[in-house]
Amino acid sequence: MNRTIERHKNILEFSLSSLLRRKTKNASLLAIYTLIVFAIASLLFFLSAMKREALLILKDAPDMVVQRMEAGRQDLVPLSYAKEIAALRGVREVKPRLWGYYYDSPSGGNLTVMTAEMPAGFIKIGSGVSRLRRATAADVIVLQSYDNEVPLMLEIEEVLPYESELAAADLVIMSELDFRKLFKFPQGHATDLALTVANPRELSTLAGKIVDKFPDARPILKSEMLRTYDSIFDWRGGMMLVMMIAAVLSFIIFAWDRATGLSAEERKEIGILKSIGWETSDVLLLKFWEGAVISLSAFFFGVIAAYVHVYFFSAPLFQPVLKGWSVLYPQFKLVPAVDTYQLGVLFFLTVAPYTFATIIPCWRAATIDPDAAMRS
Amino acid sequence: MILHPAVLSLMTMSLLAGIMVLLAGAVGVRILFSWNIKSGSELQLSLERQTYLVSTILAYTFVFQILSLFLYIYTADNLHGLFVGAMCAAGTLNVNEYGYPVLLLKIVNFLLAGTWLIVNYADTRGYDYPLIRAKYALLLLIAPLVLFEAYEQYRYFSGLHADIITSCCGALFSQDTRNISGDIAALPARPMAIAFFAAMTATLVSGHLFYWKGRGGWLFSAVSLVAFLVGVASLISFISLYIYELPTHHCPFCCLQEEYGYIGYALYATLLGGAVTGLGTGVLMPWRNRGSMKQVIPQLQRTLTLVTVILYLLFTLIVLYRIKFSALTLGW
Repeated sequence: MNRTIERHKNILEFSLSSLLRRKTKNASLLAIYTLIVFAIASLLFFLSAMKREALLILKDAPDMVVQRMEAGRQDLVPLSYAKEIAALRGVREVKPRLWGYYYDSPSGGNLTVMTAEMPAGFIKIGSGVSRLRRATAADVIVLQSYDNEVPLMLEIEEVLPYESELAAADLVIMSELDFRKLFKFPQGHATDLALTVANPRELSTLAGKIVDKFPDARPILKSEMLRTYDSIFDWRGGMMLVMMIAAVLSFIIFAWDRATGLSAEERKEIGILKSIGWETSDVLLLKFWEGAVISLSAFFFGVIAAYVHVYFFSAPLFQPVLKGWSVLYPQFKLVPAVDTYQLGVLFFLTVAPYTFATIIPCWRAATIDPDAAMRS
Repeated sequence: MILHPAVLSLMTMSLLAGIMVLLAGAVGVRILFSWNIKSGSELQLSLERQTYLVSTILAYTFVFQILSLFLYIYTADNLHGLFVGAMCAAGTLNVNEYGYPVLLLKIVNFLLAGTWLIVNYADTRGYDYPLIRAKYALLLLIAPLVLFEAYEQYRYFSGLHADIITSCCGALFSQDTRNISGDIAALPARPMAIAFFAAMTATLVSGHLFYWKGRGGWLFSAVSLVAFLVGVASLISFISLYIYELPTHHCPFCCLQEEYGYIGYALYATLLGGAVTGLGTGVLMPWRNRGSMKQVIPQLQRTLTLVTVILYLLFTLIVLYRIKFSALTLGW
């Protein structure tokens, strides 16, 4: 046992010194390798952080949302629906929700307007809106109402705290009265209905009953929303990854080329090693350790750089593609969410191709005849 | 098809492994037909060199193969949220008919690959390549299986379609037509527990016999294989109950999760490791007294036997530990 460990230790030492002897060549390989690991790791970290945020936001979503469709488009729900749905067995509560989007022409941003129990004339705004309108608590914001008469003057009661930034950056919360005034919203209607159900297992049965009763209703479950978000992020990440595969491929060709094109000096070195008694398997072991040193260094450097990129700087390189864009985009720091699973995936996507690309060149190098190698 | 990064990485891995194994298989065929250790021809010389290539390729491939087994389960578990009714990997694997066959293939390939590496190890210790034909015949059995696994895995992932919200209605209606059951048929706990401890004891006794007296190698290998199968069945039948502390939860995958302290990895590593070394002991039996192997194989077999017994013992100890400290008490 000890002898085996000693052998590996000695060969590892030798391979480290041989790597150091060809500093520039190996440094460029390491740099490109690190870059590839960095790019893919950033992508994976960013995706998982975004998924986590989405999950957190949807945690408080209602069990089921019922919308009404008219000719295939979403329309307002009459409040009579709410009453009838509330009468279904298993429904604990039906809450008609009023919400909509307000296009703020001075700033060019889209605000999400929601209602809550609060005095008329007052609003709460998200920090994004506060930045956009340069207004804070006790300031007055003017919104243009739909009936073209008087603009709505609303006093800011509170700017929502920073923790809710991701969910609430573009949010404006106002009273029902102001909401109906702002959008000329018809009485007796709501945007959609939020359902709370006593037993989550009955959700699908209830949804079926609702559709039976109101064929124009479209029930959406919370689990469906979660699933959709998840697959959207997976899909976006996968698309990015497919694009990156081109980069990985060119890296593999580069690595293959590097490993194949042995310099005369390296060939001589292997020739000498073999003539002083190294076996083919020893040279292969040497090559294995060289590859392992390069791969692991690149892996660690790449992962650390990606961690800094994503969690300290919020992934400036990927944001536009993966997050989507908007005038009023929340500013937020991602919370680190790294696990062994991601690292495993990353390992498979980077180290495995590199390793396979270098097997054959390494074998070729290891099986050179000593005399031919030294003579060349 | 789900464009999940892990799915892409598993597919890449299978593709690479497939290409590599194909390459190794091609060399294997040439060796099977043209190998002649007594000849000094150029062909023989190049074949001898190529054996190094094949062993290197397979060593790497098999290491990645082992990792891909766990990544596969982990991915299945990770994707369960995308399918209505799937609670963990068990449900995701049931989404289409390829999920479980792929898992089975991965396990079989793992066992065969491990055995191959053991045979290879023994072979390189002898100066006259005594096991070379057997080794490459085994390789020709493994290569199609690895390729088949890659193909089946592709079929599995390409057949996955997430149940997401569509524009016309919620995905709800898919729910009535299809239900992915995560339930795993489990054998009754009590007889299974008896079989489990009996199998482990039998492995211990036969291992002891083989280690000290050098007798009953075949028996030991067969018993350890049976113990592996019984171990897996027990994991589903009664060990899982103690791990999850639920008398109805038989899932063999949930124990790989953080909630259970990753105990599943320890269980599977010991069980699979023990199965490979036990199997390897048996496969080496026919060459035990042949040529240069006289000095190599008996010693190697002793080591393998010891490793098998230790790994199975560890497995049993972990199980006993879980049973002892579980909050669940089954009325036997």
